[in-house]
Amino acid sequence: MSAPDTLMKTELMEQKAALSAKADVQELDFYYGDFRALKTISMPVYERQVTALIGPSGCGKSTFLRCFNRMHDLYPGNRYQGRIVLHPDNSDLLAPDVDPIEVRMRIGMVFQKPNPFPKSIFDNVAYGLRVRGENSRRRIEEKVEQALQDAALWDEVKDRIHEPAYNLSGGQQQRLCIARALATDPELLLFDEPTSALDPIATTLIEELIHDLKERVTILIVTHNMQQAARVSDFTAYMYLGELIEYGVTDELFIKPKKKQTEDYITGRFG
Amino acid sequence: MKPIDLPEIRALIARHKRYDALFGVLGLIALMVGVLTFVALFADMAWNGMGRLDWDFFTNFPSRRASQAGILSAWVGSTLVMLTTAFFAVPLGVAAGIYLEEYARKNWITDLIEINITNLAGVPSIVYGLLALGLFVYQFGFGQSILSAGLTLALLILPVVILATREAIRSIPQSIREGSYALGATQWQTVRYHILPYSSAGILTGIIIGMARAIGETAPIITIGALTFIAFLPPAPLKAEPPFVSFEWLFSPFTVMPIQMFNWTSRPEAAFQVNAAAAGFVLVLMTLAMNGLAIWLRYRLRRKIKW
Repeated sequence: MSAPDTLMKTELMEQKAALSAKADVQELDFYYGDFRALKTISMPVYERQVTALIGPSGCGKSTFLRCFNRMHDLYPGNRYQGRIVLHPDNSDLLAPDVDPIEVRMRIGMVFQKPNPFPKSIFDNVAYGLRVRGENSRRRIEEKVEQALQDAALWDEVKDRIHEPAYNLSGGQQQRLCIARALATDPELLLFDEPTSALDPIATTLIEELIHDLKERVTILIVTHNMQQAARVSDFTAYMYLGELIEYGVTDELFIKPKKKQTEDYITGRFG
Repeated sequence: MKPIDLPEIRALIARHKRYDALFGVLGLIALMVGVLTFVALFADMAWNGMGRLDWDFFTNFPSRRASQAGILSAWVGSTLVMLTTAFFAVPLGVAAGIYLEEYARKNWITDLIEINITNLAGVPSIVYGLLALGLFVYQFGFGQSILSAGLTLALLILPVVILATREAIRSIPQSIREGSYALGATQWQTVRYHILPYSSAGILTGIIIGMARAIGETAPIITIGALTFIAFLPPAPLKAEPPFVSFEWLFSPFTVMPIQMFNWTSRPEAAFQVNAAAAGFVLVLMTLAMNGLAIWLRYRLRRKIKW
């Protein structure tokens, strides 16, 4: 190994060590009925960083992501064990006395397939605000414009904001879903394979957007595309069969994985 | 491998295609039996009754003289009974459907309720008539009134409305619900802003189809004691003096279109048969108009919604 390489890596480590955690996953287990889908996962999610979850299909990465906004509570027979502690207030998202609605108001989510509501572009973005009881038309309009700008969609839709969201292209619809999630200022934003239904150009736009968004929001993204994880994320977690195999700084994990399993996966020998 | 024998293959295909043609013809015959029967019945009725269809027919009360008899009390009665039916069946049916689809836990009790609702849709209407006679007419003391009839028919079409509501709700993709919940919406907010608006086309269609069935129902209405000869209208719902609205009409005796028809067909004079045909024609038109409305509404509301 060459000397400058080592040096660079050390700097990187130091730089990352100064980060504070937005969330701490502590010994998380998750069960679909009797099936144990997540096995004792512990890891921090760093504030204003992009953390990617990678792994082969069925490894539990989406299941893990959906624990963060208690999506599993919508379906019967699901059970969590362990804690996800959200900072700075140190509240456990999974605690039985924490209302999942409260969790979802703090943590936004963007889904695999764009799922705009069959309403106007404006109403889509305004929905989260209305759910929170915002009545002032002026404040809603301001927030909607801001969110659309943050999602890099404003210039494309500003003249037809009251038209149906379904007239937008797939990539625009996905950015609309991002705007919808941003409108309510989430602390943590979850992306569940957000580009798997999109073409390469739309994918690039979304990736650039994710890169810009980390200035203000912590991002957790599930992707089955390793190049995407390498391009957009600061940290990467590799999961396999419900276990967290390796977690670290993205550049290190991809260039020099510590575990043989991780290496096999990212070099394409497996998965 | 033996070489391909083209003539043999062609003969085989020709033989198979004969079955194709045969089924095509059989299917067409089966279709025509249904369609032509209806067209023939409808045309015959229209032909017989057309002569009686004038303004007076709609504005006259029934009469001993066939040429002066009209359907005023019948169509007003049918309209009021339908309004009452809709008033009770729609909120109850839609609320029950939403509850079963969105709120109820999926366990054996919900399964049992589901099976029973499906079965209720198939219960003969006369049974509802008997139930209503005991419950609404005597127990609740509503008498032989528009209210009793409306409630009876509401019970009758309730399963249809519930099933249509559930069907419409089920066609909404789960991703829409998840999108709403992920933004911190409660169940009621999700229902109010998404589930109800997006399923309204299907629900409305179901309601109207149920109503179209109810408007032709005769047996349960006769069972609860609708009059066959009635020469007055229920009290008007609007009044000149305060409080301006009146619900007296709900407790008024009444008749409906199919009963008026039934009454006329049982008369010996041929002239009354003509009246029955004319009333039947109007009744079929009312039903067709309701179905047309359902199709139009579905088209209008669905245009805005794509998944």
